[in-house]
Amino acid sequence: MTAPLDAPESAQHAEPEAIARGRRDTESRSLTQIAWRRLRQDRVALGGGAFVALLILVAVFAPLLTAWFGHPPNQFHQDLIDPATQGVLKDPDDPWSGIDPTGGMSAEHLLGLEPVNGRDLFSRIVYGARISLLVAFLSTLLCVVIGTVLGIVAGYLGGWVDTVISRAMDIFLAFPLLLFAIALAGVIPDDAFGLSDNALRIAVLVFIIGFFSWPYIGRIVRGQTLSLREREFVEAARSMGAGTGYILFREILPNLVAPILVYATLLIPTNILFEAALSFLGVGVNPPTPTWGGMLSESLAYYTVAPHFVIIPGLAIFVTVLAFNLFGDGLRDAFDPRSSD
Amino acid sequence: MLRYILRRLGASVVLLLVVTLMTFVIFYVVPRLAGRTTEQLATMYVGRAPTEAAIQATIQRLNLDQPLVLQFWEFVKGIVVGAEYTFGNDVVQCSAPCFGYSFQTYQEVFPAILDRLPVTFSLGLGAAVLWLLGGVAVGVVSAVKKGSIFDRISMGLALAAVSLPIFFTGQLALAFLVHDWDLFPNARYTPFTEDPVAWASGLMLPWLTLAFLHAAQYARQTRAGMLETMGEDYIRTARAKGLKESRVILKHALRPALTPILTIFGLDVGMVLGGAVLTEQVYSLNGIGRYAVTAIVQSDLPVILGVTLFGAFFIVLCNLAVDLLYPLVDPRVRAAR
Repeated sequence: MTAPLDAPESAQHAEPEAIARGRRDTESRSLTQIAWRRLRQDRVALGGGAFVALLILVAVFAPLLTAWFGHPPNQFHQDLIDPATQGVLKDPDDPWSGIDPTGGMSAEHLLGLEPVNGRDLFSRIVYGARISLLVAFLSTLLCVVIGTVLGIVAGYLGGWVDTVISRAMDIFLAFPLLLFAIALAGVIPDDAFGLSDNALRIAVLVFIIGFFSWPYIGRIVRGQTLSLREREFVEAARSMGAGTGYILFREILPNLVAPILVYATLLIPTNILFEAALSFLGVGVNPPTPTWGGMLSESLAYYTVAPHFVIIPGLAIFVTVLAFNLFGDGLRDAFDPRSSD
Repeated sequence: MLRYILRRLGASVVLLLVVTLMTFVIFYVVPRLAGRTTEQLATMYVGRAPTEAAIQATIQRLNLDQPLVLQFWEFVKGIVVGAEYTFGNDVVQCSAPCFGYSFQTYQEVFPAILDRLPVTFSLGLGAAVLWLLGGVAVGVVSAVKKGSIFDRISMGLALAAVSLPIFFTGQLALAFLVHDWDLFPNARYTPFTEDPVAWASGLMLPWLTLAFLHAAQYARQTRAGMLETMGEDYIRTARAKGLKESRVILKHALRPALTPILTIFGLDVGMVLGGAVLTEQVYSLNGIGRYAVTAIVQSDLPVILGVTLFGAFFIVLCNLAVDLLYPLVDPRVRAAR
């Protein structure tokens, strides 16, 4: 739905310009150039991409942002909380003023406060972005590495190697992912593998998500390799005596960069949702480190007095995942040789 | 045809074994890799107030001091023929299929799972019917009326829905539809045999939220599949023969588009029946998934292990069901084998 259906205007401008500038513009454009041109015309995808870029900046500069707006993510503001309902008070000076339906949103607390402890939601959302993006990026990277290596090997070598790897992919897709993830998070002690606390929890999350989601990339890489290995340039390399490793990673892999990039971009939002789900179930990073999923699990007890505590972290997840999906869809359409320029 | 069925059955048995092995690795090998000693590993399965004697007994029972192959053998044997548990002077018989024994609640895990099964089944099957019918219907209409307002709105909604986590939409529904506007009764489970109306009305909200998120994927997939088949030559042939448009769409165009849908549906139903963890947690429904989540908090490993195995079995079962249904939906499969 993000692909421009009608021919973009600049494509029509391109011709007279090319004639005016002589022969140089009749050079063929590489796939990347074509894709980049298409992507620049896809406003929805660009919007998604811009949001993603902004979010990365927010996550990187989280300490700066929260210092600017004055509240560390774990600072309590219990004086602003109604002790009877645990909701946020309408008027902090009057303990009988009742619950503020906006959850205490003000210039001081941009997104309001959490119920019970009254921690600043803006800071917690900003810090939550760090865990979310870090886990999603690293686990996607792991998926890409495992999926690419196994996919390319299966596709190129064929035979029994292909059979084994393809079966493994089928089996991995049939695992009860969430249950395995819960189980793994449950059996790993508080310090292991030379890591402890959040570093360990993040490593475990990355490993779980990456280890169980690689077949999505693996299948695509395998399929592409199957058709690439019949091409002349591979045969040429082989006839010149290139080894299997050289052909796989120097000849075939560069041709796979575009599809891998596209599907990695589309895997990131899935992994963000996965991380949020694990945090929601209490097997993510340890509190009090803020995570979006963790906030939604805390909100479960207070949605009647503090609906904003549901809406804000929920929207953070939704908008982020949507932005990645829009950008990924646009990228896929841009690189798709079947869609016309 | 018989060969096809036998091959699929064989593949399912292999898948079952692999899943069991994977579960075994997670529960008995990963903790060791993470640096736990045999005693610490045993302590995880002893439960409250572990005494030295109890720990030693657990090591004996689970063969934790034996080679891994033997441990795995005992693990499988326990599932197939049952096991005995001793604590103190008592001996408890855990009959087959023995998925373990919870030392937190002093219950066998398998019967406890069976108790909660009707909740998960009611939730999962009701939602599955809704999302399959709803998703495919929306997908068909979107494909036929491509570019229309309906298509744009439904595909926009579908894109939004695949980006929404159920623990967000579920809580929104609870906060607004139930609490603020009083449109739905709070989610609760009443056995169907007790009161069918209460059963349906109590599960309506979980069904709708769960189905909404899943339906999106089905709508997108059906639409894409339909658009592909609508361009095929045989569709033109069907139209040229003078068939009614509704027949062309439903019999000729939809049927091949349903094959990939069936595959996803099998996986999804398997996953949901193995514990709709997130939905049950949001709506506090005491199904299998919530059983596992509660067990994490209490570090009740045998329960998590039992639910994991059980969930895996369901996924394998549903996959097999899909494989066996394939020849009915796709004649090419029938012809090929």
